[in-house]
Amino acid sequence: MNYILIAEQTLNGLQLGVMLFLLAAGLTLVFGIMNLVNLAHGALYMVGAYLTTWFYQATGSYLLAVVLGLAGTLAVGIVTELVALRTLYERDHLDQVLATFGLILIFNELIAIVWGRAALYSTIPDYLSGHVQLTDSLRYPLYRLVIIGVGLAVAVLLWFTVSRTRIGMLIRAGASNRAMVAALGVNIRLLYTIVFGVGAALAGLAGLLSGPIYAVQPGMGELILIQVFVVIVIGGIGSIRGAFAGALIVGMVDTMGRAFLKPTLATVLSPTAAETAGPALASMLIYLLMAAVLAFRPEGLFPSRGS
Amino acid sequence: MKKQTCTLLAGLIATAFLSAPASAQQKVKIGFITTLSGPQGVIGNDMRNSVEMALDHLGRKIGGLDVEIIYGDDQVKPDVGKQVAEEMLKKHQVHFVSGIIWSNVMLAVAPTVTGAGTFMIGTNAGPNQLAGDQCNELFFSTSWQNDQTPEAMGKYMQDAGLQDVYVMAPNYAAGKDMVTGFKRYFKGRIVDEVYTRLGQTDYQAELSQLRSKNPKAVFVFLPGGMGIQFLKQYSEAGLRGQFPLYSVYTVDELSIPAVKHAALGQLETRYWSQDLKNEANVKFVGDYKKKHGRPPSFYGAQSYDGMMLIDSAVRAVKGNLSDKKGMTAAMRKADFKSTRGKFTYNNNHFPIQNFYLLKTVAGAAPGSDPVMEIQKAVFTNHKDSYGKDCKMKW
Repeated sequence: MNYILIAEQTLNGLQLGVMLFLLAAGLTLVFGIMNLVNLAHGALYMVGAYLTTWFYQATGSYLLAVVLGLAGTLAVGIVTELVALRTLYERDHLDQVLATFGLILIFNELIAIVWGRAALYSTIPDYLSGHVQLTDSLRYPLYRLVIIGVGLAVAVLLWFTVSRTRIGMLIRAGASNRAMVAALGVNIRLLYTIVFGVGAALAGLAGLLSGPIYAVQPGMGELILIQVFVVIVIGGIGSIRGAFAGALIVGMVDTMGRAFLKPTLATVLSPTAAETAGPALASMLIYLLMAAVLAFRPEGLFPSRGS
Repeated sequence: MKKQTCTLLAGLIATAFLSAPASAQQKVKIGFITTLSGPQGVIGNDMRNSVEMALDHLGRKIGGLDVEIIYGDDQVKPDVGKQVAEEMLKKHQVHFVSGIIWSNVMLAVAPTVTGAGTFMIGTNAGPNQLAGDQCNELFFSTSWQNDQTPEAMGKYMQDAGLQDVYVMAPNYAAGKDMVTGFKRYFKGRIVDEVYTRLGQTDYQAELSQLRSKNPKAVFVFLPGGMGIQFLKQYSEAGLRGQFPLYSVYTVDELSIPAVKHAALGQLETRYWSQDLKNEANVKFVGDYKKKHGRPPSFYGAQSYDGMMLIDSAVRAVKGNLSDKKGMTAAMRKADFKSTRGKFTYNNNHFPIQNFYLLKTVAGAAPGSDPVMEIQKAVFTNHKDSYGKDCKMKW
């Protein structure tokens, strides 16, 4: 096996990982702090992708489109929280699942009504396309490196906010004991709205980053959301650190499995057996990992210290 | 007592009144099942537009009779498709069921419809079972048998003397079938055969593997959204110029607006193209563009042909819809102006037709979307390979 290929696949795994992290961070915050199972998180990812694509076509400026797309998703997230989700915090998880599943349907149909069911054309500006020569024989698409950079920057920023700032302290306190935080005079409702809005904006960021390489179409969020749930189960629900570790693990395992499982199996099994088992096993790998984590550490690898 | 008799009489008169005109002006009822919701609804929408276009061209009559068309949404689910078909058969008492995009839905719906003694006119899915031992007098296809299209690509790549081909398809039944069809005609070296997850969004890991294998050509089958993401990533990874890409059902008129330049240079095989210059096709494509502002897809052309086939059958029996034998015999002649030009039917009621190599090239007008153009015919009058398993003889 050559080292260049392994290095390239590591970058691929990292890139998939940070993409999953952007989605998982919002989902895990909302679940950990507000105790809300939000299936509609993928819908916000879709909204981010659509808004940015649309603003880019309308304005011609990618940076402006990114800013407007993020602001738009933040606004959509806040309105959703105020209108629909606020009433669900005290309900049990089944009610939340049903209501947020309903939101998925509403968002998908709304998007289809406004932009049609066909996938939208979305592209990146010229200055982000092309390749970077990392070493003599390793070229890597610039855009994928940008995704890695943005994802890591967001991770650092989130870590700093949650562990070093006053609002982060309130968020952590809210996660441990919301009644006590409210009793201390903190406007917990406002805090929830802010957290949900930030989660939505992060989902929107993931959506706008993925737009140029994935298909921008109604229902695009649900395709990726399942993997995101795997990430937060592995990482530990409610923990940003867990989401980061879980996302990188899932990204790496999935990528490496798809790339190297079949050739590895072929060295021990017959080629035909490897041919059948390889792809099947590769697509199951992250779920097997999740099952193993649930069996041995049901709290996840990095459980949040709050609850 | 008197009052009762009166009511009874009135009732009798009313019945007589109602039933007489009904038999004089019989209506053809057609149930059209496709996918109208979700991301795949874009295909169903194109099929429905084309059915409507066919009815417009036929003066809103089928074989001279008034027509009622009932659309049903299968949601890409076999059980839902079957349910919709049963409702059409029992509640609406349709004479024909048509449409169906997906092979798995078709396998659930076709036996239900033909089992009830009603015609099933498939306008997309062509699973091998229905072409082989499950062939039926009441089942006709206006599309193709699944294997035919990849067979054409296999033949083309074989004739071109290509070696070291990298093959990629999603890991499900149709993915395997496509590769089987491809390998029936392509006998060259295959460097690797990769099966990806159905509905996979990111292909970067596969693309890195592909580059490391350094193949001479790449053959893929990645329908719908998978194709869109794959093409974008293939082009973005800079592989477009490096490894020529050949595909089936990956690029079409519905996905081109979403990928634009990323599809340029792509080679596909297909039985139909919008630039086929026969009378029916010129009229269909021209009117479709005029009405909807974009070109139709092959899904649409097949559905248009489906309505034309039904029209030819009803015309042949002079509107006597109970003459099923007569209609089967008429449809076997394929006596209508097809958008693909003249074709004949194999013994299993699948078309024997030409297959072309299409290339995606830049659109004529500056800034317009790329278009697919015919390069050459790969097969003329190509028969599917399952007719021998079908016991039907005529």
